[in-house]
Amino acid sequence: MTSLPLTRRHLLAGTSSVLALFSVTAHARTYGAGTGLPWEPNGGEPPLPINPQGWLLFTPAEARMVEGIADRMIPADTLSIGGKEAGCAVFVDRQLAGWFGQSTRLYMRPPFMNGLPTQGLQSPNNPILQYRTGLAALEAIAKKQFSNRSFTDLKPDEQDSLLKDMEAGKLEVPDGYSSKAIFDLMLQNIMEGFFADPIYGGNKDLASWKMLGFAGTRYDHRDFVDKHNQKYPLPPVSIAGRARI
Amino acid sequence: MVRKLPSKDVVIIGLCWTGAILAHELTDEGLDVVAIERGPWRDTASDFPPSYAPDELRYAIRGELFLQPKQETFTFRHKPNEMALPIRQFVSFLPGTGVGGAGVHWNGQTWRFLPTDFNLKTHLTSRYGKDFLPADMSIQDWGITYDELEPYYDKFEYLCGTSGKAGNLNGVIQEGGNPFEGPRKRAYPTPPQRQPYGPTLFAKAAIETGHRPFPQPSSNLSQGYTNPLGVTLGECTFCGFCERFGCGNYSKASVQTTILPVLVRKSNFEARTNSEVLKIEKDSTGKKATGVTYIDASGETFFQPADLVIVCAFMLDNARLMLLSGIGKPYDPVSGEGVIGKNYSYQLTSGVTAFFDDKIFNPFIASGAIGMMIDDYNGDNFDHGPMGFVGGGYMGMGQTGARPIQTRPVPPGTPRWGSEWKAATAQHYNSTISFSTHGSNYSYRDAYLDLDPTYKDTHGRPLMRITYDFHDNDLKMSGFLTDQLASIVNAMGAKQVVKSPRKGPYDTSIYQTTHVCGGVIMGEDSATSAVNKYLQSWDASNVFVIGASAFPQNAGYNPTNTVGALAFWAADAIRTQYLKNPGPLVQS
Repeated sequence: MTSLPLTRRHLLAGTSSVLALFSVTAHARTYGAGTGLPWEPNGGEPPLPINPQGWLLFTPAEARMVEGIADRMIPADTLSIGGKEAGCAVFVDRQLAGWFGQSTRLYMRPPFMNGLPTQGLQSPNNPILQYRTGLAALEAIAKKQFSNRSFTDLKPDEQDSLLKDMEAGKLEVPDGYSSKAIFDLMLQNIMEGFFADPIYGGNKDLASWKMLGFAGTRYDHRDFVDKHNQKYPLPPVSIAGRARI
Repeated sequence: MVRKLPSKDVVIIGLCWTGAILAHELTDEGLDVVAIERGPWRDTASDFPPSYAPDELRYAIRGELFLQPKQETFTFRHKPNEMALPIRQFVSFLPGTGVGGAGVHWNGQTWRFLPTDFNLKTHLTSRYGKDFLPADMSIQDWGITYDELEPYYDKFEYLCGTSGKAGNLNGVIQEGGNPFEGPRKRAYPTPPQRQPYGPTLFAKAAIETGHRPFPQPSSNLSQGYTNPLGVTLGECTFCGFCERFGCGNYSKASVQTTILPVLVRKSNFEARTNSEVLKIEKDSTGKKATGVTYIDASGETFFQPADLVIVCAFMLDNARLMLLSGIGKPYDPVSGEGVIGKNYSYQLTSGVTAFFDDKIFNPFIASGAIGMMIDDYNGDNFDHGPMGFVGGGYMGMGQTGARPIQTRPVPPGTPRWGSEWKAATAQHYNSTISFSTHGSNYSYRDAYLDLDPTYKDTHGRPLMRITYDFHDNDLKMSGFLTDQLASIVNAMGAKQVVKSPRKGPYDTSIYQTTHVCGGVIMGEDSATSAVNKYLQSWDASNVFVIGASAFPQNAGYNPTNTVGALAFWAADAIRTQYLKNPGPLVQS
């Protein structure tokens, strides 16, 4: 969903600033009037595979931290590779660099007020700010608790203890933030990276789908729906095919 | 400046299920029809081809086909004395946008309501006495009977090609179908879908415990089907990417797969996309609409005059447009007077999860609506006398997919991350199944819609404010359903059975269903309903408001079949009655 080409449909649905930027006059399109179904070559927006090189949003230090966190949340073991090798940090970096990172599609008009948990997300701070703030807080507490060592230099059980504090909301963060909310966001995104289609940068070699026995994007299970209590025999497939792009 | 366009016979707000049905019916009548849709054009081949439609992140998690809150959202509070805050991201319910609306990403579960759901208040008070209902419950009769609506249910099911097994054909109960359903005149257009292992096991346990299971009616088709419009749908392939997704295989009924190919060929129909209706305009008497004002993607504003205005937006937007346009008296929860915004209702769902260690379910082999269900505890199919509550719901095992970002069942107490989490996730993914109850939600005096005093949309218009919470009656009902379901599941021999009853207060941060209802309710009396039995505004006779907004309360079923039937019913009333003599079809 990031770095998609700007298509006609984007322009039609786009904001006035996008329109001004590209100096294209958009008209609401009319369909019908006896013309039949419209067919526009490349009218849709296929996902583009991300380029795994480098970081678009994270500083190198932040990226190392997120890789470390991904490896604690999803440790390498006999079941699968770990979160870092699966590409979870790359995934999160690319998501944050896209619309998700800036909450572009959400309702972000003021006033912002603290609501009840049942009223859902109310923070004015978008995911980029949440990550930046959370990672800085985690690094600060690592140095304070563990004789000035960086989070990435800690032993796995030391990292786990800090992450558990964060998960419990016990980590000190600036006003307007919650360490539990930041942890939950990181957990959600790292799991997304591990379990999403590899086209977005994570789930290297379909590691998580193989672990689960999930068939992926195979589109036709008609020959297997009533084969009850039998293990599905085929390996998973992704949008880009079986091998990692 | 507002540009005035040439007049049309009919303007339709929103090109979704209801808008497309009305457009098709009224163009057949020879009327010149324009549909104005706030979202983009969407079609199967260009927007959700099988090559990249199965993308959980893009569609299910980031919600590509849903309304974006930045364009419009709603504010929410539980009670009138709370501060309503905006729903900044959609989680609890997922409004659609664009051509096809939420009918693009629905599951295809295609239920009829029970005959007693339509005369609910009369039925319950005559069976149990009027003191049986909670004092603040504001349920009403619909002003229409099941028998009146039956031919239109039939029309919608035959439009979709719905796959199912009839349970009641002209009053004769059919083995293997739902014995509780109202009589239907003919069988489903296509036979039921084949069932995976989980639903099959559930049906066996349901029979063993004295229940009557049947295949859930599904508009993901069991075989190829050509509908009465001449549009052909394909056989569902059980890809497991159904709800929250568009169907790339032309197997799930939607306006794309049933109506649009015919509609867009008609010279007397046009659709304008990325164009949002701001207001329904009225003449100097205030009793007649003159057309609609809308804004397009370039920011230009138009006035589209029309003789007839059909409001077919998402149900919350139907209510909002009526309030913004000043048609009908706004509901006042203190006096109980007024009608627009009254009786907002939802759906009470709950679940049961069963962990096995000796079974393989392949949960990803799925369609949006396959499954085996029972209806023994829906509506008034059982005696509520000893229960202390009214209402009910269907329940069973529907296998709708196990896409792994969202579906990774683990036993309670499992950590959310780390080695122990991973081991449990890998162990249980393929050997666990989940069951659900789909309960009614009756309406209450303090559950309603009005315009928010604080928060605005991109055009500066007030957002719709939802004031809503669960009530004891409905939570008791849901708890009862959950217990009944768990007792059947317990007969299946699982290693562990976990109940997840619905608990209050209502939480907008947890997905439940998109079955939001009410606000522009239908009824027999203009003092207590916003539209008459033909979905015609009591206050402006050339305005019809179609959708789940018309439900006076919600039954224990998915709403789409009833919404589609009401659309055909209203279209028929316009064609056979209104056009001959434009004016109120029912005297207030």
